[in-house]
Amino acid sequence: MKQLYENRYYNFVINNATAILFVIIFAFFALTARNFFSTDNVLSIIKNASFVGMLAVGMTFVLLTAGIDLSVGSNMYLSAVVAGLLMRAFEIPVGMGLLIAVGVGALYGAFNAFCVVKLKIIPFMVTLATLVMGRGIGTFLTESEQVDFPERVNAFGQLRFIEIPMPVIVFLLILIAAVIILRFTPLGRQIYAVGNDPEAAKKAGINTDLVISSVYIISGICAGLAGFILASQVMRVDRSFGEQYEFDAIAAAVLAGTSLFGGRGSAIGAVFGAILLQMVETGLVFRNVNLYLQPMVKAVVIFIAVFVDSLRTANLARLRRRFIRSDEDET
Amino acid sequence: MTIIFQTDKLTKSFYGITAVNEVSIEVKKGEISGLIGQNGAGKSTLMNLIGGVVHPDEGQMRFHDSAYAPRNPSDAYNAGIAFIHQELNLFTNLSIAENIFVDNFPTRGFGPFQFIDRKKLNDNVRDILQQVGLDIDPKTTVEEISPGERQLVEIAKALYLDAELIIFDEPTTSLTARETGRLFEIMKQLRDEGKAIIFISHILKDVIALADTVAVMRDGVLMAQEAVENFDINRMINLMVGRQLEQLYPPKTTQPTEIPLLTVKDISAKGIVKDINFMLHRGEVLGLFGLMGSGRTELARIIYGLDDYDRGNIVIGEKHSRKHSARDSIKNGVAFVTENRREEGLLMSINIADNIALVRLPRFTNTPLQIVDGKRLSGAAQRAASVLQLKSGDINTQTAKALSGGNQQKVVIAKWLLSEPRVFLMDEPTRGIDVGAKYEIYAIIDQLAASGSGVLVISSELEELIGICDRILVMNQGEIVGEFLPDEFSEDLILRAAFREHEQVGAPA
Repeated sequence: MKQLYENRYYNFVINNATAILFVIIFAFFALTARNFFSTDNVLSIIKNASFVGMLAVGMTFVLLTAGIDLSVGSNMYLSAVVAGLLMRAFEIPVGMGLLIAVGVGALYGAFNAFCVVKLKIIPFMVTLATLVMGRGIGTFLTESEQVDFPERVNAFGQLRFIEIPMPVIVFLLILIAAVIILRFTPLGRQIYAVGNDPEAAKKAGINTDLVISSVYIISGICAGLAGFILASQVMRVDRSFGEQYEFDAIAAAVLAGTSLFGGRGSAIGAVFGAILLQMVETGLVFRNVNLYLQPMVKAVVIFIAVFVDSLRTANLARLRRRFIRSDEDET
Repeated sequence: MTIIFQTDKLTKSFYGITAVNEVSIEVKKGEISGLIGQNGAGKSTLMNLIGGVVHPDEGQMRFHDSAYAPRNPSDAYNAGIAFIHQELNLFTNLSIAENIFVDNFPTRGFGPFQFIDRKKLNDNVRDILQQVGLDIDPKTTVEEISPGERQLVEIAKALYLDAELIIFDEPTTSLTARETGRLFEIMKQLRDEGKAIIFISHILKDVIALADTVAVMRDGVLMAQEAVENFDINRMINLMVGRQLEQLYPPKTTQPTEIPLLTVKDISAKGIVKDINFMLHRGEVLGLFGLMGSGRTELARIIYGLDDYDRGNIVIGEKHSRKHSARDSIKNGVAFVTENRREEGLLMSINIADNIALVRLPRFTNTPLQIVDGKRLSGAAQRAASVLQLKSGDINTQTAKALSGGNQQKVVIAKWLLSEPRVFLMDEPTRGIDVGAKYEIYAIIDQLAASGSGVLVISSELEELIGICDRILVMNQGEIVGEFLPDEFSEDLILRAAFREHEQVGAPA
């Protein structure tokens, strides 16, 4: 009897589930919603997806090591708040403000890394705590009032490069950097190795503490960037800025086949995941679906993706099972 | 030939049990040294000492004419000692080339921007792979290649590290016949190139065919290390067995009946077990012997319902069950005392009473709110504990962690007693516990049988099975290859069956 996990078509479907889902959903909205398939709308979907997309790229690094970063939404908020406050107080240029946001994001990530690597607290708890902490610091600094970004940031926010909006450009740059790091540098390959088998990684002489620290810092940098870029679009940072973005970021990464168990996934996948989520959201609006139903539809999409991830993992476990007998020999 | 590696009176104890006792072995350049012994003879501990995983209590090691004292596995690697384990240390999600160079990628670039030099990486690796006769693209992901090919990748890695001493720990267990042949060719080739090799195997024929010298261990002691010409399979087995049965076992107080409690019919699971048939009767203590990796534990897991099987039938009492879960098994009166009591059987930081009550927690609830009645629970736990003569403080406050190995095992058994099982599956019930506690466990097993249960005892200690069982089944490579009744109990015959060497003395099964 042929087992399901040995079936080629089944494997093709579960290994490419997101791509298939992507095509189906896109085709559905393109055919049923008027004006959905237009340059303007597609560009706007990508632009709106770019903030979650940046977070998702950073999140992919963390998930690859079988960790998780729940604090990215709060990190976005805190980075944008600090940059906004300093820019208002000291008339510093926009570029400097951007660097400050990135710096805050990186420090935030470094603190997560310190807790995970040195204090040996599990990533879920560390980043849950820093999720609360980051927003707490932000509301303390602002006394819970919204921070209006200075007008000169607006010019930066509305920049275009051959019709491509600035957030999409930044998103692309982050993506390219991520792909290069993950594919072409020793660090990138070691991230995959640590996620695959941390014990073996240690035995192979990899500095696992350094590798794990780097992923939280990278995730922090992405969050800082995403925070500043989003703020440059909406021009103000209020208390709910970036709230619950961590969920969309994790969902986007997992949608694209990044495993929560580590060692599997890609930055490009995260992009597709983020665009897919945004596409569903926009498509539902175009179709005039009841506003209150929309989160449920989104939930179903995420659920399907996570379910497929578990099928995929179960498959891998079967393929990795240690055999005692070599039954394939007896033919 | 020059001696490249030697140990001098190496000794290591764990919790008062001496695993390696004043072992002095020598390994020469350009030789394959076979190392054999029963499970628990101390081979693994010896290898862990060499590999820097554990540290000796006494004695020294010398490598390349200087003192060698590795603090961790990477010390061993850096010194030039490589291990090819049964369980491979490869990253399945990376390519072959990446695996070999994972801690030291060749890079190029400028300043801080260093990128992996893929061309150099793959070219280097292609050369190394050629040396081990592996004709695969270095860019192939490890999960796409077979176990045998993975083994060759590990060897390639050892070559890249320029290891002078390569230790093969049961390297052929997951290989096909063809892959095994190729591995042996490469081992010979490495030897001829002047590497020193330690070859640990349970397949005595292979050791005789391949090794230049053979070392035999028993109970942590090196029984002999001589040229291979001085050994035949008989002498090897005699040296491995040794020791007479003394008063280590309680007298048997009961005889098995003919009433079946558990019937296993034609069970097969692809790659795991094949055509397993046996019955466990009321009042019977049935031994299941086999070497590590023979499929004993896997079979128990299948019977208990933790793993799937492809064909066959498991009948518990009267109940036929095609697919059953562990919960069904508990309901049907099957208990599973697992091999790793620390990891699977016990909640170490929870108190003893709760541990005992765990399986039957619903029984101690007050309807209708399903709140646990603490008093009733601790009363029942107390009774189970005293039946087994558990030595502990207050079972309501003391944690399982604080108990000795033997008493922890009693807690595991007590836990199951509350559900009044008829079938006990015990996997290595006396592993890691001292002789006195072992005796008590044996007595408990006897009592269980006397009270009408059937007990299946899995063990790698053959003498203990001979001491307590009414019948012994022997497994090899996922098959039952022998069945022995008490008048046929002989360590020699059973061990031959387990090694599949019984054709030389006439098949007992």
